[in-house]
Amino acid sequence: MLPAFAMYAAFVLWPLIVSVNYSFYDWNGITESRWVGLENYERILTDADQLNPIFNSIKLLAFFTIVPVAAGLLSAAILNDLRSRFLGAYRTSLFLPQVIPLVASGILWGWIYSLNGILNQGLSWIGLGSWTRPWLGDFDLALPAVGVVGAWVLTGFCTLLLASGISKIDRNLYDAARVDGAGRIREFFAVTLPGVRREIGVCVIVTMIGALASFDIVFITTRGGPGRETLVPGVHIFRAAFVEREIGAASAMAVILMLLIWTLILPIQRYFQRDLTK
Amino acid sequence: MAMLLLFTLVPFVTLLSAALQPVGSRPRGFEWPTNPQWGNFAEAYQVADVTPLLVSSILIVVGVVPLSLLIAALAGYGLASLSIPGERWILLLFIAGLTIPFESLMTPLYYQMRSLGVLNTRWAVILALIGLFMPFGVFWMRSHFVSIPSEISEAAEIDGAGPWQAFWRIHLPLSRPAVASLGILLFLWTWNQFILALVLIEDPSMRTVAGALGAFQSQYQTNTVLLAAGSVLIMAPSIAVFLIFQRQFSKALLEGAVKG
Repeated sequence: MLPAFAMYAAFVLWPLIVSVNYSFYDWNGITESRWVGLENYERILTDADQLNPIFNSIKLLAFFTIVPVAAGLLSAAILNDLRSRFLGAYRTSLFLPQVIPLVASGILWGWIYSLNGILNQGLSWIGLGSWTRPWLGDFDLALPAVGVVGAWVLTGFCTLLLASGISKIDRNLYDAARVDGAGRIREFFAVTLPGVRREIGVCVIVTMIGALASFDIVFITTRGGPGRETLVPGVHIFRAAFVEREIGAASAMAVILMLLIWTLILPIQRYFQRDLTK
Repeated sequence: MAMLLLFTLVPFVTLLSAALQPVGSRPRGFEWPTNPQWGNFAEAYQVADVTPLLVSSILIVVGVVPLSLLIAALAGYGLASLSIPGERWILLLFIAGLTIPFESLMTPLYYQMRSLGVLNTRWAVILALIGLFMPFGVFWMRSHFVSIPSEISEAAEIDGAGPWQAFWRIHLPLSRPAVASLGILLFLWTWNQFILALVLIEDPSMRTVAGALGAFQSQYQTNTVLLAAGSVLIMAPSIAVFLIFQRQFSKALLEGAVKG
């Protein structure tokens, strides 16, 4: 008990407190630090450029959270009705993106989006050659492109998690629904969806943290570029702390990121857990 | 269904097809490797100098996983079976830790490791990872120990075993599957760790394999074939471990997510 708590306190809780403390200072990591109160927060919250990473990560939620949960629900519902001897191989494949290092996923997608990559090759092949471009260098499309990588990593995981939730639903509920004359779609909304409420909650929370803490994918694919188009809080903190050496500003962003995650997750956690404590 | 499968697998196929083209050529998205250059993997292995990286990754894993498992199991047992004052609060504090992203900790960890004098050594990553794995590890072990029927503890108590003895002689051996699943997850998370390795260790050859891949990428950005071959190499151990322990692994990941 004590050793676990000691390690946790020393390398998670303590740094968190230190981070809050740093955020009130102007410090370059070497010379004397200077107390500036809330100035670092003020600068972030009033400057559109500084707020940009936060908005980017919120936009990424569409790809990291909404797509995996929606597509996951749909394919999990289908997956559960399938009886195939390839099911095992299918489940294995869906897990793969979750298993490999995110760095490798980043490199893999960097190649797909590159000028010679398969995306442009496919577009030329179906006669949309004018649409080809280096996707990750495109000011408007780089962020959605990064989002797709997140969807790739998380959709399989959500599918399998939701499928395992569906398989735990009492079969009698389906029989009852069928007796009542419910079609496949009614059945999905009346039985499946409420039945996997808890799993949906888990998917939403895990993928939200994935979107807000998307350092690995963004750092490898775009480093936040072109310009600041794909800058997310994690990469911003890295740049501020280790390139520009503005420890106070980096820490203020770290604290804001932490608070953002908590404000988004707590109500969701509450909502999806409500029924479960019965 | 088929679409999801294609979406999942096509990226792997195109990476493999690029990895098998002749080095120095400029491959296109997908090209059937008419003359597959299996030697590319050997070359990438040599160019990226993978042997010390593997050793480095293994050292970090050895430093992180066994110790994390032990202290997480002890704490999980303590929270589940002993009545400790303020137990609920301690548990809540651990659960809160599940939501803390590495990003929010990297700056203070850097300066903390510097003042401990372990910056740029593997200890920096090992210590930080053990701390960061505690919320999940403790939570996982606790929910396991809670599910063990209390008759077992009571029987041990009647036989005169103290809580310490009961833990070592009875509970830990009974928990082998839970500990093993946790071990597989922690192994993979350590092996794939990027951000901490990047921040805390300057020399890529002392990082995890995944951490070093980042450095390899910036160095060989233009050499698509070699970069692709290197990426395949670095995915291979993770995929192999996954395939070998697939059953426990999927179970652990899915259950772990629901519990967490």
